[in-house]
Amino acid sequence: MTTITPYRSPVQDGPDGFPQLLHAEWTKFRTVRGWVIGMIVAILVTAGLGLFLVAASGNVSCGVSSTGGGSGPVRHGAAACGPPPLLQGPAGEPVTDSFYFVRQPLTGNGSITVRVTSLTGVPPGPMQPGLMPWSKAGILIKQDLSQGSAYAAMMVTSGNGVRMQWNYTGDTPGLSGAVSAASPRWLRLTRDSDTITGYDSTDGAHWTQVGAVHLAGLPSAVQAGLFATSPQYIAISTSFGSGNVNNNQTVATAVFDHVRRSGAWPAITWTGGDIGPATEGIQGFPQGYHQAAGRFTVTGSGDIAPAIPGPGNGNEGHEPIGFFLAGTVAGLIAVIVVATMFMTAEYRRGLIRTTLAVSPVRGRVLAAKAIVIGSAAFVTGLAAAVGTVIVATGEAHASGYSLWPVPWPAELRLIAGTAALVAVAAVLTLAVATMVRRSAAAVMLVIVAIVVPYFLTFTAAVPAVIGEWLLRITPAAAFAVQQSTPRYHQVQAAYLPGLGDGFFPLAPWAGLAVLCGWAALALAGAAYLLRRRDA
Amino acid sequence: MSLPLSAGQRSHRAWPETLHAEWTKLRTLASTGWLLAGAVALTVAVSTAAVAAAAVAPGVDLAKLSLTGIQAGQAVAVILAVLAISNEYSTGMIRVTLTAMPRRHTVLAAKAALVGGLVLAAGAVTVLASVLAGRLILPERGFTPANGYQLLSLGNGPDLRAACGSVLYLALVALLALGIAAVVRDSAVAIGTVLALLYLFPIAAAVVSNHHWQRHLEQIGPTTAGLYIQATAGVHALPLTPWQGLGVLALWAMGALILGGLVLRFRDA
Repeated sequence: MTTITPYRSPVQDGPDGFPQLLHAEWTKFRTVRGWVIGMIVAILVTAGLGLFLVAASGNVSCGVSSTGGGSGPVRHGAAACGPPPLLQGPAGEPVTDSFYFVRQPLTGNGSITVRVTSLTGVPPGPMQPGLMPWSKAGILIKQDLSQGSAYAAMMVTSGNGVRMQWNYTGDTPGLSGAVSAASPRWLRLTRDSDTITGYDSTDGAHWTQVGAVHLAGLPSAVQAGLFATSPQYIAISTSFGSGNVNNNQTVATAVFDHVRRSGAWPAITWTGGDIGPATEGIQGFPQGYHQAAGRFTVTGSGDIAPAIPGPGNGNEGHEPIGFFLAGTVAGLIAVIVVATMFMTAEYRRGLIRTTLAVSPVRGRVLAAKAIVIGSAAFVTGLAAAVGTVIVATGEAHASGYSLWPVPWPAELRLIAGTAALVAVAAVLTLAVATMVRRSAAAVMLVIVAIVVPYFLTFTAAVPAVIGEWLLRITPAAAFAVQQSTPRYHQVQAAYLPGLGDGFFPLAPWAGLAVLCGWAALALAGAAYLLRRRDA
Repeated sequence: MSLPLSAGQRSHRAWPETLHAEWTKLRTLASTGWLLAGAVALTVAVSTAAVAAAAVAPGVDLAKLSLTGIQAGQAVAVILAVLAISNEYSTGMIRVTLTAMPRRHTVLAAKAALVGGLVLAAGAVTVLASVLAGRLILPERGFTPANGYQLLSLGNGPDLRAACGSVLYLALVALLALGIAAVVRDSAVAIGTVLALLYLFPIAAAVVSNHHWQRHLEQIGPTTAGLYIQATAGVHALPLTPWQGLGVLALWAMGALILGGLVLRFRDA
């Protein structure tokens, strides 16, 4: 009996590890001209749209000549028209700084103590609340009388108890509860060199330190005294395709007594005045102060807080850079199309059978494809974001359009986040395409999941309530990485995704995590179906 | 034994037969029914959600609000139109089609007529359901005659125009998609291109802060201009009249179909 030796090829086995699989998938990707062109189109569309948006925003036309000479629209210099320049705080961030200030100069170290017995507004009406939750009054030490200068303050608020706030963004809670004649609040600020310490008390005898802040470069002579201010009331109604924002002034009136000072206060009398443009307050409740028998009644309107971008917040014409990444959604469509075809082309051409014959462990094929398309999309997204930031910033400088300043860590997060968003969306698309196998169905599913919710919310096509939920649960939540400026809990504003405000309901990385969750789910489904179904 | 048709007879019968052939292809695809049902379901769902979440505020346009879903549902109509062409290219069927009917314009015209007709029918159902939902739900949300809001009614001129116009809008979007699919042929690329075209103009118009550019973007965008047809409040403030707006979309659709026809005529299938 003879034994038959089965034929063995004399050629040695080549390596068939994961690197080879990656290399094979990479070769498939890079050798299809249309896919590479698709990725380049994604970059160009994103950056091109960013450039267009800055150019269109910077090119502010100044309306029709008021003299009516028949010469049509007249363009003035950038200083004569366009939005007012941004007011910047000590750290360069845009701020709001307007309030009524009853003050005296304080030289060197010293302190001021007051008792607040009431904080009231106008009688509330149907379109006009009395006080806002962040209407505030108290004592304040400020570098000088210019808007945007350094300060620290102890205050009572209408809805948030006693707070210590400093340099516009700083905020620490003190005693809770509202102020009234029955439960007054005692406030104290102590200056020691450039450190200012805030205390509060319910009885003027037992004091609690609320916070101690360091105001760098505080001069010897500072302004200290009593203040009151109350932010605008913002009523937002988004109806289909249009949003209406009504801003109404509110005023706060506070009553102070037991005003005590220590240290060097060279002036004899108090001086009252507006910080910022003189506002009239509301009819019948003008800004100002009244002093009688040790009691001060101070009425003010405005806010001392970080400014929030967006036309909904009265800051039209200065947009942060993240805003001009709006073209990402267009570039993303191109990437979705490429990522879909990266998988569906295999099924259409029957190449999938060769692929799976070469690498029978199907999960590894999916992993290799995901890594290749994810990396390619990451590079595409990175190039698109960097390109957009460069051309948009350049165009803004060239046209005299002043961008809303964004600190560099946030700018870095915008760029890296956009790249990650595009990469994860591509992986999600690949997984969906593996499950449904058809190009049309895959492209539609992913676009309906990512692009349509973004579109519906961003253009205010659906009411804001629905929009907020869409940006929480759908993969479109990941666009939160493109939010340039933070929300401040101490500022009530129109934090909307539509209306050009560019705010999202989730924190940037939380939004991206939602997309990652969807991608992981889809990958798991794709791996399961790829193994269980015939190719 | 039947005699071969003469040339005159053949050309006379070309149109109904092409139409019949295209109808058979479209009708026997499982996806057609599902997509039409999906378009209706998605549109009515989004419209109902928008209406149910509405709050009384000045300047709310009730007709527009209750037809919100059109903006999402149009995506599905786009798929239907694109697949009518790109499926033929992906399977090679197009070569059979063009062998049977060498007049390529006639093929495209037959496809346009059938896709347009199907979307018109589905659109009519969708719009009726959306308006009905608006009429039933809006009064519960406080939009009552007592508060100064009229009930939605197709007997009311502007409401009727918004409703009929929305049906036409859907059909025109489908024709635009058909034309682009004839140009680019691949389903994924066609869907991506059409949806980018539809959704990009409104997003750009929402972002750009210059009102001058905003107006221009809205005037030329197929979706923004086309949806002016839904406006029943503040019509005079619009950059175009409602019918002019729908005309802009019709120009887009016509341009795409002409381009698609030329590509079909001069490029190898």
